[in-house]
Amino acid sequence: MNILRALFQTTLGRKYLMAGSGLILFGFVVGHMVGNLQIFLGPAVLNRYAHFLQSLGELLWVVRLVLLAMVGLHIGAAILLTLENRRARPLAYEGGGAYGASLASRTMIYTGLIIAAFVVYHLLHFTVRAPVDLTPHDLATMKTTLDGKEVHDVYRMVVVGFQQPLVAAFYIVAVSLLSFHLGHGVAAMFQSLGLRNRAWNPAIQRFGQVASWALAIGYVSIPLAVWLGLVK
Amino acid sequence: MKVRLKIWRQPNAAAPGRFETYDTPDLNPNMSFLEMLDVVNEDLTARGQEPVAFDHDCREGICGTCSLVINGKPHGPHRGVATCQTYMRSFKDGDTIVVEPFRARPFPVIKDLIVSRKAFDKIMQAGGFISVRTGAAPDANSLPVPKPAADEAMDAAACIGCGACVAACKNASAMLFVSAKVSQFALLPQGQPERERRVLRMVQAMDEAGFGACTVTGSCEAVCPKNISLDFIARLNREYARALLKGG
Amino acid sequence: MKLQSNIPSGPLAQKWDKHRFELKLVNPANKRKYEVIVVGAGLAGASAAATLGELGYRVKNFVYHDSPRRAHSIAAQGGINAAKNYQNDGDSVYRLFYDTIKGGDFRAREANVYRLAQVSVNIVDQCVAQGVPFAREYGGLLDNRSFGGAQVSRTFYARGQTGQQLLLGAYSALCKEIAAGSVQSFTHSEMLDLVVVDGQAKGIIVRDLITGKISRHSADAVVLATGGYGNVFNLSTYARNSNATAIWRAYKRGACFGNPCYTQIHPTCIPVSGDYQSKLTLMSESLRNDGRIWVPKKKEDCRKDPNSIPEEDRDYYLERLYPSFGNLAPRDISSRAAKRVCDEGRGVGESGLGVYLDFADAIKRLGEQKVRERYGNLFDIYHEITNENAYRTPMRIFPAVHYTMGGLWVDYNLMSNLPGLFVLGEANFSDHGANRLGASALMQGLADGYFVIPYTIGNYLAAQKPGSCPKTDHPAFKEAEENVVGIIRRLLQARGKRTVHSFHKELGRIMWDHCGMARNEAGLKRALELIPALREEFWHSVNVPGSEADLNQSLERAGRVADYFELAELMCRDALERRESCGGHFREEFQFPDGEAKRDDENFAHVAAWEYQGPDKPPVRHVEPLVYEEVKMTTRSYK
Repeated sequence: MNILRALFQTTLGRKYLMAGSGLILFGFVVGHMVGNLQIFLGPAVLNRYAHFLQSLGELLWVVRLVLLAMVGLHIGAAILLTLENRRARPLAYEGGGAYGASLASRTMIYTGLIIAAFVVYHLLHFTVRAPVDLTPHDLATMKTTLDGKEVHDVYRMVVVGFQQPLVAAFYIVAVSLLSFHLGHGVAAMFQSLGLRNRAWNPAIQRFGQVASWALAIGYVSIPLAVWLGLVK
Repeated sequence: MKVRLKIWRQPNAAAPGRFETYDTPDLNPNMSFLEMLDVVNEDLTARGQEPVAFDHDCREGICGTCSLVINGKPHGPHRGVATCQTYMRSFKDGDTIVVEPFRARPFPVIKDLIVSRKAFDKIMQAGGFISVRTGAAPDANSLPVPKPAADEAMDAAACIGCGACVAACKNASAMLFVSAKVSQFALLPQGQPERERRVLRMVQAMDEAGFGACTVTGSCEAVCPKNISLDFIARLNREYARALLKGG
Repeated sequence: MKLQSNIPSGPLAQKWDKHRFELKLVNPANKRKYEVIVVGAGLAGASAAATLGELGYRVKNFVYHDSPRRAHSIAAQGGINAAKNYQNDGDSVYRLFYDTIKGGDFRAREANVYRLAQVSVNIVDQCVAQGVPFAREYGGLLDNRSFGGAQVSRTFYARGQTGQQLLLGAYSALCKEIAAGSVQSFTHSEMLDLVVVDGQAKGIIVRDLITGKISRHSADAVVLATGGYGNVFNLSTYARNSNATAIWRAYKRGACFGNPCYTQIHPTCIPVSGDYQSKLTLMSESLRNDGRIWVPKKKEDCRKDPNSIPEEDRDYYLERLYPSFGNLAPRDISSRAAKRVCDEGRGVGESGLGVYLDFADAIKRLGEQKVRERYGNLFDIYHEITNENAYRTPMRIFPAVHYTMGGLWVDYNLMSNLPGLFVLGEANFSDHGANRLGASALMQGLADGYFVIPYTIGNYLAAQKPGSCPKTDHPAFKEAEENVVGIIRRLLQARGKRTVHSFHKELGRIMWDHCGMARNEAGLKRALELIPALREEFWHSVNVPGSEADLNQSLERAGRVADYFELAELMCRDALERRESCGGHFREEFQFPDGEAKRDDENFAHVAAWEYQGPDKPPVRHVEPLVYEEVKMTTRSYK
C-alpha cells in the first residue's frame, strides 16, 4: 500500500499523523518554555534570545511554516477522526459510560480546540503584536537597545501583557489545559507510534506526567512572577 | 432481593427501540445476571408478553456470545469477567439496572439486546489466519518458540471475540480485537511469512467495517473479560508502520 | 438391515494406510463440481469444512451461532492427546490406542481407535503450524502434562484454554477458505431437517434464526458435526444452546443412533445452587490431586460449618472405599460414590447434593502459597460462582453431565447407514466406547475433520456423477420443508400455559433421576412412562410466544426440547436393553459386591444401533458386534 495514502486514509495512518505532529509540537512547547524562562535571568538575556530568533531570517520562516503545518495536520486529523469516531458510535449509553477512560482522554478535542484558539490569540499578541490587549499598549513600538542596536523589548511586552489580569488568566487557563492535554497526549503519542511495550510502559507514563506538570509549572510561573512583582 | 430493570427493547434492526421498565420477581443473589434474565423471561412469558432476546451460550465466560451493557459498562461491574460470570450479589436490593445492547455502528442491533458482530468475522477473513494446508505441516517440534514469546502470544490469543472492547470505546474502535490477533501471529515464527500482508489487510477490513480510531482512552482494556492489554494495540501500531515501511 | 462397519482387513497397524490406498479418489478438476454441506463449526465441523474447501470442493457451512467461532469445543480446558512421545516416557501410537480402548471399557471399535491414535500426531503438527500457542518449555519445545487414564505425559495444552485455542485455529483455517471463496458460511442458520433422496442424504432444510425464513440446500453429501446431546438433562456443562436437533432429525430420516445411553458424568463440578440454575461449571479434575473428598458421617452435621466438624465425624469415603486410588479414583467411580453418599442423606450444601473437596490438609502440608500457585485460577472461578473462599472453607462439588459417547452410528469411513450422510466428532458414536478419557474429545474432533473425512468423503463422491445432485424443487425437499414448517406451526399454535423451560427442567429431572449416574430396570421403566406423558402434555400445553417470522428464542428452544423428549425415550430404552454395566453406563443390577461395574462381554460386546420406525412404533435395535483382533478384554479394577 502506498505510504502516503495509508497515512491520510486509514485510521492508523491518521493516528500516526496525529502522534507525529504532536511529537514535534511537544518539542516546540518544551523549547518555547525553556526560552521563555530566561525572563528570570533579566531583560538583557531574554531580549538577546528574542533577537537571536528574529534574526534567523529564512530559517525562522522555515521553522514557522513547519510548525504551522504540524498544527494544521494535528487539528485536521483530530477533526476528521473525531467526526469518524462519532459516526462509529452514534448512540450514548443511558446507563453512563466511559468506563476506565480518563477525563483528559475523553476531552482531547475540546482541550485541543481551546488551546488552538489561545495560540491564535497568543500569536496575534506577541508575534504579530496586533492590538489585542485589553488596555491600550502598542507592543510594536516597545523597543530597547541591546549591544547598541535597537531591538524589540520582549521583556517589557511580557510584563505589560501579563499585568492585565484577564490576559494572564486566559494564558494560565490555556497552558493548564495544554498540560492536561499532554498528560494524556504524551503517553498516547508513544502508543500510537507503537513505541510502547511492557518494559517501557511505566517510564513512558511517568515521563508524560512529569513533562506535562513541568510545562504547566514552567509556563504558569511567568505570569505569576509578573503578578507577584518578581519580574517587573 | 428484587431489582428494577430498564431494558432496551427493539423488535428488529429496522424498527426504532426504546427502554421498558420491568420489576423482577424475587431473586436469589447467587443467580448469574443471565439467570436473572431467564427468570424475568419466564415471568414475561407466563404473563403473555414476549421475552427479552439476549445472546448467550456457554455461560462460563469463554464462547464470547454474551454481550449486554449493564449500567453503562459492557459485561457488568467487575473486571475480567463476561456478563455470564456476573452475579446478582454485585447489586443491591431495590437497585435500578439499565441494560442496553452494545452500541456501535458496525454492530447493528438485531433484536432487543442482540447485536450482529459479523464485522469481526469479516476482519478475521481478511487475514486472521496462517495459510497452511491441512497435512502440509512439519513436525510440531521442528520450530522452537521461545517460551516468553509463546506466553505473550497466548495472552493475546485469549481474546474471545465478544466485542466488549468496541462497545466500551467512545469511538467504537476495534483496535484491541484486531491487535490481539495480529500480535499473536506476529509473535510466533509461524506467522512471519504473512506478517505484513496480514496486518495491512486486517486494518483495511477494520476501517471498511466502520470502526472508529483508537484514542488510547483505555476503556477497552478496562472491560475486556480476558484482560487483553493495551500493549497489543501499541504492537499493532508498530506492526502496521513496519508493514507500510517494508512496502508489504 | 445389516450394519456394515467397513473395517478394512489386514493387520491393525496397516488398516488405515491400506484403506487410504483403496479409497476412490475424485480428480482435482472434478472436485469443484461437488457441493458438500457441513453443519456445525466446532472442532470437527470447522476443520472438516476448511479442509474440504482446501481440497477444492464447494462447501457450505451452517451454524446457529452468530459466528463460526463460538461452538462449545471452545470450553474444553485440559488438553489434547497425541502419541508424540516427546517426553521419551514410553508413549507410542499403540499405547495411546490401548489406553483409549481400555478407558472406553472395551466398547469401541479397535480399528477406529487405532486410526485415531495414528493421526493424533498429525493433529498437533497441524495446530502448531496454524499458530496455536501451545505451552512451551524454556528450550522452546512443546510442553506436556499428564492426564487421567494414562501413565505417560502426552497431553498438549494451552493454559486452561486448549479447546478455545484449537477451535480458533480451526476457525482461522475456515476464515481462510471463506475468504478464498471455497466455503460459504451461513451463520444464525439452524438445520431443522435432513433431505433424503432415493435413500441418500442430499440436502438439508435450514431456518434463518434472524428472519425465520426457511430455506432448502442441496448437496452431493451432508456432513453433520453438531456435537453431543447432554442437554437432554437440562443441567449440564454443555453450552445452553447445544442441542440434538440436527442428529435427531437425521435419525428420524433413517440414520441409526448408536449407543444413546452412553453418557459421561464428570465428578468435579460446582453443585446446583438453586432452582433458577441454567448451567453447571466444571472444575478441573486436577484438583483431586491435592484435595480430599468427604461428607459428614452423621446426617445432622450436614448443615453445620464444615470447619466445625471434627476429624472423627468425617467420612473420607473415596479413601475408605478405594484405598489404593483414593481421591484419584476414575470419573465414573467417583461420581457414583458421591451420588451414593448423597442418596444416604449425607450430602452437603443448600440442596443436599454436594460433597466437600477439602484443601485444608494440602494447605497445612504445602502452605497456602503453593496451593495458590497450583490451583489459583480454579479457586478464583469457584469464588466467582459461589462467593466462597475455598482456602478457608472446603469446596463443594457434585457430578454433572458433560459428554455423550453415543451418537449417530457411522462406519469406518464415518458415513452413517444413510449413504452420503457423514457424522463427525461428538455427534457420532465411534471412538470412545462407553467412557471417554480426558483430552480425547479434542483429539477425536480434529482427527475426524482434518484427517479422516477428507479421504473418506472422496470415496463416496467418486461414485456420484458430477452435477447429479438433485435440485431443491425435488419433492423430497418440499416434503422436508413442509415437515419443518409443520413442527414450527404446531409449537406456536399450542398456546398453552407452561413455558418451554419448565418442561425442559422436568424432563431433565426425570433423566437425571432414572437415566443418570446409576440406572436400574424399575427406574428406566418408570422414565419410559413419565417421558411420553410429559411429551404429550408438552404438545398440548406449551406456551411459545412470538412469531415464526422473527428472531424467536422461545421457538428455537421449543423445537430442541421437543426433540429431547424423543431422544430421552430412546436413551432410556437403550439403557434398559443394555443389561450390563460398562463405562458411563452403570446398571445397579450388574455390579460386583464391592460396587464395581460388571460388564457382560458374552452378551453385550456390541454396538446397539437404533433405527427409527415411525412416530407410533418402537425403534428397532440393530447390533454391530465388536470384534477384538488385537487386544484382550479385561476387567478394569481400581482397588
